[in-house]
Parts: sequence; C-alpha cells; structure tokens
Amino acid sequence: MSLPLDPDPKLAQYAHPERLVTTAFLAEHLGAAGLVVVESDEDVLLYDTGHIPGSVKVDWHTELNDQVTRDYLDGARFAALMSAKGISRDTTVVIYGDKSNWWAAYALWVFSLFGHPDVRLLDGGRAKWIAEGRPTTTDVPAPSSPAQYPVVERDDAPLRAFKDDVLARIGQTKDGKPLIDVRSPQEYTGERTHMPDYPQEGTLRGGHIPGAQSVPWARAAAEDATFKPRAELEAIYEGEKGLTPADDVIAYCRIGERSSHTWFVLAHLLGYPTVRNYDGSWTEWGNAVRVPIALGEEP
Amino acid sequence: MTDPAASAGDLPEQLAAIVEDFGALTERDRLQLLLDFSRELPELPPHLADHRDQMEPVAECQSPLFLMVEVDATQTVHLYFDAPAEAPTTRGFASILREGLEGLSAPQVLAVPDDVPNRLGLSAAVSPLRLNGMAGMLFRIKRQVREKSAPAAAAS
Repeated sequence: MSLPLDPDPKLAQYAHPERLVTTAFLAEHLGAAGLVVVESDEDVLLYDTGHIPGSVKVDWHTELNDQVTRDYLDGARFAALMSAKGISRDTTVVIYGDKSNWWAAYALWVFSLFGHPDVRLLDGGRAKWIAEGRPTTTDVPAPSSPAQYPVVERDDAPLRAFKDDVLARIGQTKDGKPLIDVRSPQEYTGERTHMPDYPQEGTLRGGHIPGAQSVPWARAAAEDATFKPRAELEAIYEGEKGLTPADDVIAYCRIGERSSHTWFVLAHLLGYPTVRNYDGSWTEWGNAVRVPIALGEEP
Repeated sequence: MTDPAASAGDLPEQLAAIVEDFGALTERDRLQLLLDFSRELPELPPHLADHRDQMEPVAECQSPLFLMVEVDATQTVHLYFDAPAEAPTTRGFASILREGLEGLSAPQVLAVPDDVPNRLGLSAAVSPLRLNGMAGMLFRIKRQVREKSAPAAAAS
C-alpha cells in the first residue's frame, strides 16, 4: 500500500514528480496507513528537539554507514533497520531534513541503492515545515507492529561510482562523461580542503579531479530550501555547464553527501537516466596514491 | 572499558563530575543528557550579543559556533558561546565545556587534557567526526586563555 502522488503543479514541472511531496501534501496525509516519515539531519540531536509528528530518525553516520568498512549497510542490516523503523518494502517513505535536505537526499540515495520502490523527499525539508508554523513534537513514536522488510542486496552499479570509474574517465570529461564537483569554490580551487566553517576531514591535498566542472550543490536550492524551478536548474546544469540528458554523469563532493543532493536534482528533477554519485569523493581522491589532481578555477 | 571515575581523576572537579555523569549512563541516555546540556547553554551577555564579530568562529564544528574567553583580573576564566538552536549537538558540546570550565583559574583550564571529548562515551552515538568540533572548541579556548592570561609576557 502506498500513498497517492502529490498533484501539486510545482512538482509537475520535474521529470519525476513522484520523488517529491510538498509540505501541504504531507500535512494532509500525516498518519496515513502505508506512510513512514523519516527525518535525516546532519545534527544527530536535531530530531530530538522536535520533529514532524510520527516521524522516525535515521542517522546517516551511525545507522546508514558500515561502522567498520567504509561502505554502506548490507542487505541484512538494511532490512533490520527498516523493520525497526516500521518500514516495509511497500511503504511510502518521505524523507526530510536540515540544510536544504542535503542529508535527506543522502539518505534517499542510500535507500535507492537497495531499490526501495517509493521513497520521496519533502520539498523544502525541515526548514520549510517549521517556517510555515506546522506542528512538531518531541514524542518519539512507539514502534508499532515491527515491519518485515525483506533482505534485498544493494545494487551499487547504477547509482554509485568508484575511484577506478572516475580515473577511467579522465580526459573524457568533455566527451559525454562529465564530472561535477559540488563542493565550495574554495575547495574546488584547492584553497582549502573542507567547507568553510566545517571540520577538516583529513585530506592531504586540496584541488579537484582533472576535468571536473564546479557547480556548488546549493545552487540547486532556493532560499526557502525547496528545489529551484526546473527552468532555473536547466539554466545552470545545461545552459552554463553544457550537460545533456545523454551524458553519463558522475558527481562528487567530500564524502558523498552534498553530491547526493545534486544526484537527486539531475536524476529525478531533470530526469537524466545515467547519474552516479562518487561517495569516496575528495576524502578518497585527495589522499589516493597515483591519482592526478588539478588546482585553480579551470577544470 | 576504562572506568569512568578513573578516567576523570586528572580533571577539575566540576568537569570530572560531568564526565562521570556521562559514564554512568547508557548510550541512549547520554544523548539525552547532551540534549539537556544544549538547552542549558546561556544566552550571550549584552556586551557580547552586540559584538558577535569579536568572537572566534570554530571551524571544526559542523554548525556555526562562536566562542569568546575572558580572563578577569583574578585570572579567573569566563566562557561565552553562541550557536543556533538548529545545532543542538554543537550547543551541547559548548554547554559541557562551559559548565566544566567556567570560573576555573587560567592554569586549571590550561591543564585540562585535550582528550576530554573522547571521555564522554559519545563516540558511537555521535560519531568521532562530530566530536572533532568539541576538540576544536577546547583547543581554541586554551589558546585564548593563554593569550589573555599573560598580557605582560606577550607584550615583552
């Protein structure tokens, strides 16, 4: 059982409107059978200060990442996590979070590695819900009847790029295999190795992958944390950077979280069929042996 | 596992008490205690609220945090923090350091071991990356105390 699609005209402009819901639609359907709302934030305590009534927390670091191997959960542990959160394979999952849904998009991308059929983002995320004065609560929902999520192994190939995939396309980034660097301009040029005001994450060298074009992820987000209209997104990625839907795109950032946001924009809002997220990103590339980097503003 | 009481023995009493409180709790309750701390972080006093630009940004934190240390004429340390409500983890770390260090003497603050953030038992629940922010705060607090408690030495 899943929720109907949100018929809002703002969503209809996108290639896959079924991947988004508006705050009004979510408010109307809160508590519906077959819906689980998931909050996924950068700040591990933010959910506990107040969240959308009935929503459950999924923490990107402690719950979605494998704690030993640098990788995501395997199928068995994802099934256990989903079951504990009350999510079945046919549940409609709506994910929202802080920072213009940046971490929510990351969670959605991980759900997508397991092929969860109906997973959507709340357009505008936590900020818009709160700005509109909609209700929040600190009550954590009691696990109702625990769901039975099947063990589905991850299918990384369509959505995830690895270092060797990236290495293989150096020199071909203008031939339909573009790389998009979504970090801040200072990280791209090599001036700094982490976001302004963010932690150092142990990268030996600053710069970008040769041939990668710079499109900071937040350019896709409007002031109110919603996604920009399709025409504006096309102006950025196609008008300015020359991408086309026929391209085989790889996006990266520092650990793969910001590039999940861009992955969502290209794959679901603009409808590009082949977009992958390189989650190793700069923390791998900037430290790897025998890989080239580029400095400065030019790709 | 290290006995929490043993791992707090080299800390000032008020900071040791916090480390022991965290150590006595389950992981889930430690997060709740961190949330309680985040709620207790005091507002900036008026003389700083209007001069946030004079405070030091802590780049290691995931969310914007500013801190200011004052060392008064008796060499007593006072700590002030500013972090948004949307950053409760960062506020919680700041609040722990404020309660643990406020009112101590400059030498006492400088003697606090740098690994205090790792003694709260939060690594698994909060992640080591997020704890970096607290280490960054402590580092900057100690640097400011050093600068502000020895003006004569610095000038000579």
